[in-house]
Parts: sequence; C-alpha cells; structure tokens
Amino acid sequence: MSANDRKNPGPLLETVALKKLFPVRKGVFGRAVDYVHAVDGVDLKILRGETLGLVGESGCGKTTYGRTVLRLVEPTGGKIIFDGKDITALSASQMRKMRKRMQIVFQDPYSSLDPRFTVEKIIGEGFAIHGPPGPPGGDPYIARREKVHQLIEEVGLSHDHLSRLPHEFSGGQKQRIALARALALEPDLVVLDEPTSALDVSVQAQALNLLKSLQHRLGLTYLFISHDLSVVAHMSDRIAVMYLGKIVEIANSSEFLNNPLHPYTQALIASIPIPDPTRLKVRKGIEGEVPSPINPPKGCRFNPRCSLAKDICRNEEPPLIDVGNNHMVACHMVARK
Amino acid sequence: MADLISYVIRKLLLAIPVIFLATFIVFLMLYMTPGDPILAIAPPHASVDELQELREQYGFDQPFLIQYGKFLERLLQGDLGQSVSTGTLNVDVSYLLMQRLPKTLELMAIGLTISYSLGIPLGILSALNQNSWKDRSVMVFTLVAYAMPSFWLGILLLLLLSVQFHILPAEGTVGGLSSVLLPALTLGLGNAALTTRMMRSSMLEVVRQDFITQLRSRGLPEREVIFRHALKNAILPVVTVIGLDIGWFVAGAVIVETVFQWPGIGLLVINSISSHDFPTVQGCILLLAFFVVIGNLVADILYALVDPRVRLG
Ligand SMILES: Nc1ncnc2c1ncn2[C@@H]1O[C@H](COP(=O)(O)OP(=O)(O)OP(=O)(O)O)[C@@H](O)[C@H]1O
Ligand code: SF4
Ligand SMILES: [Mg+2]
Repeated sequence: MSANDRKNPGPLLETVALKKLFPVRKGVFGRAVDYVHAVDGVDLKILRGETLGLVGESGCGKTTYGRTVLRLVEPTGGKIIFDGKDITALSASQMRKMRKRMQIVFQDPYSSLDPRFTVEKIIGEGFAIHGPPGPPGGDPYIARREKVHQLIEEVGLSHDHLSRLPHEFSGGQKQRIALARALALEPDLVVLDEPTSALDVSVQAQALNLLKSLQHRLGLTYLFISHDLSVVAHMSDRIAVMYLGKIVEIANSSEFLNNPLHPYTQALIASIPIPDPTRLKVRKGIEGEVPSPINPPKGCRFNPRCSLAKDICRNEEPPLIDVGNNHMVACHMVARK
Repeated sequence: MADLISYVIRKLLLAIPVIFLATFIVFLMLYMTPGDPILAIAPPHASVDELQELREQYGFDQPFLIQYGKFLERLLQGDLGQSVSTGTLNVDVSYLLMQRLPKTLELMAIGLTISYSLGIPLGILSALNQNSWKDRSVMVFTLVAYAMPSFWLGILLLLLLSVQFHILPAEGTVGGLSSVLLPALTLGLGNAALTTRMMRSSMLEVVRQDFITQLRSRGLPEREVIFRHALKNAILPVVTVIGLDIGWFVAGAVIVETVFQWPGIGLLVINSISSHDFPTVQGCILLLAFFVVIGNLVADILYALVDPRVRLG
C-alpha cells in the first residue's frame, strides 16, 4: 500500500553511525562523570516491506536504538534517514508531521495504554493529532468511527471491546490494542520492541502470526526487536545481532542460521533450545558476564568472552565488512579467512 | 449509586466503635490527671462540705466507669451535657461546639486551599525540571516546611509577618480574612510540602510510562502530553488523599488555634482540658474524631471515583 506507491527506491530507514550515550551523573552538582554507550555507532538499513530482526542480550541497546530511530530519544551523534530524508535535525514541529509514518509498539502492555481512556479513544488518539482518516470532505466523526471499528477487528478483537477500559483486558489483548493504535495512522514503519515478551507462549504464537499477516496485507516494514533468537528467526527476513551498542553481524535469515560467522552469533544460535530431543547437540553457552556498557572493552567488544581472541582483537576494533551474499560481520578472524 | 450509599453506611457504622474508643481514652486520661473542675467553678471561700455538695451535684464523686456510663447514656439521648468551666458554666456543650465549629471549618478550608494551590503547581514544576536548580530549591523548601513543627512555624510567621512587618494581625479574628491567613498558612504549609512531594513523585512515575512515550511518538505536542494526559493520571493519588489530610489538619488545628488564639474547636478543647471541663472535652473529641472518620471515608470514595479499577466493597 503506502510503502509501494512511494517511488523512492532506497531503504525505508537508514542509520549512519548512530550514537546514543547516556550521561552517568554523580555528586551534588550532577556532573556527567561517565557515559553509558547504549548505541555506539550503528549503521543499519531497513528495506521497504521487510522485517529486520534485531537481537542481543539484555542491556545491549536494542530498545535505545528503536527509540532513537524514532527520535523519542535524541541521538548523541550520527544520522537517521527516513524515506530518503534526513530527520536527525528536524524541529519538533517538522518531526511531528513525520511521526504518523513511523510507529512503535512497546514490550510492556500494562504501562503502554492510558488507564483512563477507553479503547476507542486510545485507538483513535492519532486522529485527534493528525486529522481524521479517509478522503477529505467526508464526515470526520463517521470516518473515525469506521476506521476504529475496522482496526479493532483487524487485530482480532470485537466492537464490544471499544467502550471498555484497559484494565479489563489480558496482556495479549492489550498488546492487540496497542497494535491497532500503532496501525491507525497507516504507518510505513513499525518498531516492535519485544512485542510478545510479556505474553504467555501460547498467546505469543498467535500474536506473532497476527503481526505477519498484517504486514502482508498492509505492506508494513518492521524493525523487530527481541532477545529471543528463535522468535526473531521466525519473524525476520534479515537478522542483525547487537552486542554492547554495536552491530556485529547481519545476514538474511537462512544464511544467518545456517552460516553464522561471528563467534558471538555462533554461541547465540548454539544456545537456542531445540524441541526435538533426537537433535540434541552439545550446547555451549556464552561464558562470562556482559561487560559494562559504561567502559566497553577496548578493541573488539566481545574479546573478553571470545575463545578465538588474539592480540589484534584487544587493540583494534573490527569493522563491519561485507563477506558476500548480503552477509556482513565484524570480526578480525572472519576477515582473515 | 446504591453501592455507594450502602458502602458509606457500613463504613460509618464501623467507625462508631472507633469514635467511642477515642472518647473513652480521653476521658480516662483526663480522669487520671491531677486537677479538679469543682475548684475552678466553686465560689472563692467555699467550705469542704460545699465543695463536696457541688461535686455530687455534677456527678464527679462517682467512680470512673459510672461517670463514663452516664456520659454515654446522655449521649444516646442526644445530650452532650453542660460545660463546667467558669466562663461558660452550665452552657450546653452542643451550643459551644456549634459556636466554634464554623471557625475551625474556615481555618481548615483555607489551609487546605493554600496547601493544594501551592503544592500541586510546585510539584509539577519540580517534576518537569527534575534535578535542575528549580527542582532542588523546591525540594529544600519542602524539607524545611515539613520538618518544622507547626507551633514553631506559626511563631516564626507571627514574628515575621505581624510583629516585624505588620502585614497581618497576630491573633484573634478581628481582621476578617486577613486574620485567618496567618493561622491558615501555618496549618497549610506543612501539608503543602507533603503535597508537593507527592505531586512530584506521582508525576515522575507517570511520565516514564510507555503510554506517555506513545503519545509523543504519535506527535502530540508536549504541552498536551503533560497537561492533558500525564497530569490527569498523576494528580489522582494526590487528590484522593485530601480526605486523609483532614485528619492531619484536625491535629494541626488544635496547635495552630492555640498559638494564634483562634476561637475554634481546637482552642476550645485545649482550654477545656486545662480547666478539667470533662463534658466539653468529650464533645470536642467526639466532633474531631468524627472529622477524621469522614476524612477517611472521603478518601475511600474519591479513590473509587477516580480510579476505574477500584470497586468499593
Ligand atoms: N534513560 C536512560 N538513562 C541512562 N541509561 C539508560 C537509559 N536507557 C537505557 N540506558 C542504559 O543503556 C543500556 C541499553 O539499554 P536498552 O534498554 O537499550 O537495552 P535493551 O537491549 O533494550 O535491553 P533489554 O533486552 O533488557 O530490554 C543499558 O545499559 C541501560 O542501562
Ligand atoms: S574480533 Fe576477535 S575477539 Fe572479536 S569476535 Fe572476532 S575473534 Fe573474537
Ligand atoms: Mg529493551
């Protein structure tokens, strides 16, 4: 739909050396003594209509990346290019016009809906900001009502739910409401920040399938964030791995799963639980703790936990290089091969 | 609505034993403190026999439980008894209370107004500028205002505003509205500090929730995000404690009325205690305890009204 009729052939979203540092303040005067390197120079392209999965351990900066891309968190450095347009420095009011094209669904369904608004109001919120849906000239009230009804059905709930308040719903239903709200303005890009992590496994599968079918029907582009590699593998066309604020590997899903190159990715894939006991193989977890993002290790950030680490790994940061087949990896040892 | 009414009735019934317990404890304490109401009201050169006669006439010769029982018996007939203070000897306690009640209500109403109209904006200001110098100054103010005992704060304000600058009258009610300001300020300032802190933390709690970020992500102007959505949610816990504040104000009123010689229930109870005027003290305690009960009830009801998740039960 909206994604296809725009003629710009480039990626829908691109970040160039995107950076977000959070100051760590100490003392009476709250002077910044250190910085959390939450996102530390991320180059990433999200193509139109695809799902880009972003995985990584807790605290590696996935949420911060997702929010910075939408400028809900102001970047410290780098560029955000949306549909060919640099939005990094847009003023608040210019940014406001762009906002209807990019939406986000959060992890926690409990705090993401205003407890005092009915579902109808929550879903329709965006129209109060950006004007009613449908062709101009129609009755805005009817257009709005019809659209809200259509949305609630689209996410698998019914009209009777519209007049209720958020606390009357389960976590999964709340997440569907949040999704309907995100879709109301017909966005091109939806950032899904662990949209199913808070849900039971049984509900999770339904929610994931709903996301997929909506994507096909509406031509949406997803940035799908999760710490769960099996969920990401199920959802994504391409997968990017983040480690301590940096992307260490990106590849198409099948290539990624069958031919992981980065030692960290290999460890992640090895630790996916396999339901079939006959295929049980020796699984080695990743040894050691995630280092602090305040003073990330020098050289390759993974070197303290990497069994292949050599001197160069401790001194030089490996660049993200293309190894062919749309596969990029940041590891000195891979580059040598 | 029927729910609400039955809830109120149930709560009030439950409160009756509490109120009686309060009067019983006060009665007991008065009984055990040295002092004799008869000495105060007897003629200057009364003989021992005459004193004994008066004592019997007012029933002060009876054992404690009998005296308390008599108080209850009269109370059930709607009679609070008569004062045994010199100035108001034999005047109905209910009359004394009715005379003083409006003054206390006036003081509390203005005190509450001051504390909310100061506390809410300051709390919002603080939260929206978290960790700035504005926030820090407000926090210092609240710390000082809250930590100061109200009698001391009262005396300081008195010295500053009426003795030093002659802006406001020092005591009594002769100055009309300006007379009430000083005691009301004294009463309200501590609570304003508490309100400020609650408002601040409540606001901070709400603005870090995802639905607020959601509104920003949909492009709602920041002004509306804060005042239409965040404030609406953040102000609830602050407003619902208004009922509990009434309890705090009852305690405060006794002290503040004494410092400023404000002729309300608080001053009445203090004066009656010092003259061992049992019936009047009991009447005052009954009324003040009732205030607290009503305050709590108001808090419960407000809470249920503003929070759709709470059901009265
Ligand atoms: N507002 C903030 N102020 C200071 N530090 C922050 C802030 N938000 C995030 N951080 C820090 O930035 C780092 C990255 O956090 P982020 O939430 O982006 O991680 P994540 O990958 O989403 O983790 P999770 O899987 O637990 O959600 C963490 O170390 C976190 O403590
Ligand atoms: S660069 Fe070195 S330390 Fe880093 S992942 Fe590759 S081998 Fe390991
Ligand atoms: Mg996260």
